[in-house]
Amino acid sequence: MTDPAVHTTPPLKIVIVGHVDHGKSTLIGRLFHDTGSLPDGKTEAIQAMCERRGMPFEWAFLMDALKAERDQGITIDVSHIQFKTALRDYVMIDAPGHREFIKNMVTGAAQADAAVLVVDGMDGIQEQTRRHAYLLHLLGIQQVVVAVNKMDLVEFSEARFLQVADDVKAYLADLGIDLQHTLIVPVSARDGDGIVTLSDRMSWYDGATLAESLDTLQPPITSEQLPLRFPIQDVYKFDERRILAGRLESGHLKVGDTLLFSPSNKTAQVMSIEAWQAKDRILGVRAGEPVGVTLDEQLFIERGEVASTVTNAPMLSNVFRGRIFWLGHKPLVPGNRYKMKLCTAEYMVEVEKIERVIDVKDLGSARGTQVERNAVGEVVLRTRGLVPLDPFDVNMVTGRFVLVEDFDIVGGGLINMDNYADQRPGQTVKSTNITRVEHRVPMEERWKANGHTGGILWMTGLSGSGKSTLAFSLEQYLFRLGYQVYVLDGDNIRHGLCADLGFSPEDRVENIRRVGQAAALFARAGVLVLTAFISPYRADRDRVRALGSDIFHEIHVDANLETCEERDPKGLYAKARKGEIADFTGISAPYEPPVAPELHLNTTEQSVEDSVAILADYVSKKFALTSR
Amino acid sequence: MDHLDVLESRTIYILREAFNKIDNLAMLWSLGKDSNAMLWMARKAFFGHVPFPLVHIDTEKKFPEMYAFREHYAKEWNLDLRKGLCPPVEEMDPTLPPAARSAARKTAGLNTMLAKEKWSGLIAGIRRDEEGTRAKERVFSPRGGQNKWDFRDQPPEFWDQFKTDFPPDTHLRVHPILGWTEIDIWRYIQREGIPIVDLYFSKNGKRYRSLGDQDITFPVESNASTLEEIIEELQETKVAERSGRAMDHESEDAFERLRADGYM
Repeated sequence: MTDPAVHTTPPLKIVIVGHVDHGKSTLIGRLFHDTGSLPDGKTEAIQAMCERRGMPFEWAFLMDALKAERDQGITIDVSHIQFKTALRDYVMIDAPGHREFIKNMVTGAAQADAAVLVVDGMDGIQEQTRRHAYLLHLLGIQQVVVAVNKMDLVEFSEARFLQVADDVKAYLADLGIDLQHTLIVPVSARDGDGIVTLSDRMSWYDGATLAESLDTLQPPITSEQLPLRFPIQDVYKFDERRILAGRLESGHLKVGDTLLFSPSNKTAQVMSIEAWQAKDRILGVRAGEPVGVTLDEQLFIERGEVASTVTNAPMLSNVFRGRIFWLGHKPLVPGNRYKMKLCTAEYMVEVEKIERVIDVKDLGSARGTQVERNAVGEVVLRTRGLVPLDPFDVNMVTGRFVLVEDFDIVGGGLINMDNYADQRPGQTVKSTNITRVEHRVPMEERWKANGHTGGILWMTGLSGSGKSTLAFSLEQYLFRLGYQVYVLDGDNIRHGLCADLGFSPEDRVENIRRVGQAAALFARAGVLVLTAFISPYRADRDRVRALGSDIFHEIHVDANLETCEERDPKGLYAKARKGEIADFTGISAPYEPPVAPELHLNTTEQSVEDSVAILADYVSKKFALTSR
Repeated sequence: MDHLDVLESRTIYILREAFNKIDNLAMLWSLGKDSNAMLWMARKAFFGHVPFPLVHIDTEKKFPEMYAFREHYAKEWNLDLRKGLCPPVEEMDPTLPPAARSAARKTAGLNTMLAKEKWSGLIAGIRRDEEGTRAKERVFSPRGGQNKWDFRDQPPEFWDQFKTDFPPDTHLRVHPILGWTEIDIWRYIQREGIPIVDLYFSKNGKRYRSLGDQDITFPVESNASTLEEIIEELQETKVAERSGRAMDHESEDAFERLRADGYM
């Protein structure tokens, strides 16, 4: 009897990828058999099929359910089968390895939470191994278990295993996949070695079995912490209600919230959240949930508009860069026009230029004039109107798109907005007739004079987490070492530069924008700027990062709420708890922690001295010039 | 969100995509547990309305309980019910094994209705875990000129972007509950209190796990007479869901041939 609690969490979806003939389907067949997940009679049925064909027993027939595949011996399409360990349920997605079938592999892998990359122990890394690993990376799949299969064909040699493992590691590391959590397991799927039990024939290996490795994978993280993105899927007028329906892709929404619709730039308040049955009626919804809302005024809103909060809206742009995997029979060339689907919206896009074509073999890039079928390229796309979008690394769902040619989806792409501006009116430059002038002192000269490069150490965290304490200690320490260093602190700035701003979400955004601009000016002057602001919104910090991703270093000063409340250096938490301060971060206003900060300091556990030491070490590695 | 919330959310998203993107849409209603759960979610997706016709392809060999269920709920739920009859078995492909040949009547009945009603999209409640060829389906699955399924060259489908553009002579099959399993469906029926035909509950030590034509559908040994007992039974069983459906087991590829020709 399995634990009923297991069924309240979704099964973990795992895609199996790898070069043709490296044994993916066999591996799955064996995994199902050895974990007792096969229905009665399935083994016998496969046995009978093999006998009729006069061939030895073939586990691959389990997934290759279609007759056409059995005769050719290769997987044509994607199959899904459920399977379970004592820990949890899984859905296995079998993706084909044959070169022509990349579109099916992408179809399978795009739904997965993690991947098993199967590599033949004798053949080692092959073209499809690389291509699949690359596509996994592009599709945003970070967790990979590597199964080095067919160990029986290399006499269970440890040396051979280590060699293949090293090759795989080197490639994955080049892709930027975190190797610390990547398990590499030697198996022989045909005989079951290393699948659910360790093999006597590989006594040199005492790590996790394949099944145990799968159990270490993490479920997908929710996007509830991200800013609200609610793409409108449809507008229903079945009765007197006018309902905007869709799915919350990130963030949360409640009755009374003010929504900003993009690209139309209209705003309205949520009057109600609708449901068919009274029992489903709710006042708020979270990321992932279906929703239908009515508004306090009758706006003309169509499918494709994206609703957000007023302060954390998606970027608006008519030009952006896409990293594209191409599935079309005809190559992608500059000047071509396609239909782009981004969430529920559709736009015509024109390929402005191809910046580079990526060679998956060595990850090198070449200047190319076209992107061929099954290849990957970076292209610049342009639309007529403004498109609401996010960079992929800020929001996966609103940062990706597909392209359609004629009747078919011919490619998928991830958005990168580096060096492209947000064109939302009001956030763009209001003064005209301004031309940037070049300095006559090159940046490198300033750096050389100072002995270090300029930059921003952006400390973010709850009130009381220790940002100011650390910033001022570090400033003193670095100054004594001869650094050009200066702290921009929240309280000080609000007495001058931002004296006109309060603590409403809009004012917080403007506060951070000004601080970011000021910090960037300091940094360009060659100074190492330390900032100490709660800066609760991820989008605001990302906007500062966009001023110069090479000079921006995000430091998460991380103490849990209880610790901060206990410290309460300014007595603010006590006031907030009494309701005397509205919109207090951590109590009545959200804090969105950094997703991938350059540095993470746990100040609940660490002393101030230790944290400063870590910071000082980081500064000397990243900013000090070698001559120093 | 728990597992059922995640599944329900995606099904609702797919139903809304289909309704928005397909002009002439209908939903197949087999009266079985899956299509009842799917219909329930359509009512959720459209806030109590079902904005397309419900199609029952009637082989005239269903169980009496199923017909009674159909008439009762079509009225109670205010459904736009369309019934389609099927040609006699003698007109079916004689090379098919007997039960599959009988089941092929349903495809023929459906094709006749399609020709008449000119639906460009049909919503069907099939699931990947039911059977191997269904495991390979897409959510939006195009059918060619003769309503045939080309499983060798299926469109890519990722990031919830579906194939919604197609030439005039194709129609789409939309599969909103493709990712659900049998036990998910039962847990959802239990959670939501969805009415179902009582043939699923055990009488005299037998119950139906899957409902089809009377003459080619057989009950399985079971004492499960409540939803709780059915769920408990499914956690333990290793008997396949469609083991009582004769047409799946006559020959290796019988079901695949049926599906390539347009069977659900």
